[in-house]
Amino acid sequence: MVVDEVERAALDDVFHALADGTRRDIVVRTLEVEYSVSALSRLYPMTFAAVQKHVAVLERAALVTKRRSGREQLVSGNVDTVRRAARLLDRLEVIWLARMERFGAVLAEDPEPGASAEGRKSMPEKGTA
Amino acid sequence: MTVTSIRKDAEKRTMTLTAEFTATVAGVWQLWADPRRLERWWGPPTHPATVVEHDLRAGGTVSYFVTGPDGERSPGWWRVLAVTPPSGLEFELGDPGIPDLLVRVRIEERPGGARMVIVTTFPTTGAMDQLLVMGFEQGLATAVGQVDALLAAEPTAG
Repeated sequence: MVVDEVERAALDDVFHALADGTRRDIVVRTLEVEYSVSALSRLYPMTFAAVQKHVAVLERAALVTKRRSGREQLVSGNVDTVRRAARLLDRLEVIWLARMERFGAVLAEDPEPGASAEGRKSMPEKGTA
Repeated sequence: MTVTSIRKDAEKRTMTLTAEFTATVAGVWQLWADPRRLERWWGPPTHPATVVEHDLRAGGTVSYFVTGPDGERSPGWWRVLAVTPPSGLEFELGDPGIPDLLVRVRIEERPGGARMVIVTTFPTTGAMDQLLVMGFEQGLATAVGQVDALLAAEPTAG
């Protein structure tokens, strides 16, 4: 469950960034080949400035990196970040499996903690009650 | 305790975990309903949970923090949607490092004990949904595969 704070903040950014269809499309495209911001802006029915804003969100989440080449800004996808996000479902599995492990251990340490509410057959106990 | 199955369904955006116990349904329920017991299993030993608020009613909140080895605290919470003691619980979970999830817990009797089924669902809108369901995963797998191939070809990758 617990990732360190840096990674946590980063993941929040990643999921925010990926919640938008245009931004996902930009990530997929730029993972394969570098695109200039102006080339990207020709792909979508929106202004250059709007696309630039999307790229900035992706850059903040480390989903893409940007570099300058003359008058162009070139965008390329960051595979490590993408891979980390895609692993989340697996991580969720690990988290809950570990939780269930502990859940079972607590139940075992503390036999039938709810038994009083159930009026179960009590274990024979010696001494005073 | 045995986790008898764990199923991930990308289309429904769910992970369904089934576990069986020799304890009673009420006993299993107590691990959710009693904050002190909840603390004993919710967080891993490296990040024990401290429950701050435990209002297990529809509309109520369970809030907690986990404390890391360096003493740093990360908050988490449940927004309780439905409670039917001792067999049902439904809440939204805001857990550190994971997008908000819907969690549905069902506890039922079985011969020799209790069975607990936990269904976690990713929100219908949002990234995980898209990641898993849309072609994104496909594009992703291809793109990541290409990069992996490139890295493998490089002797000093990483």
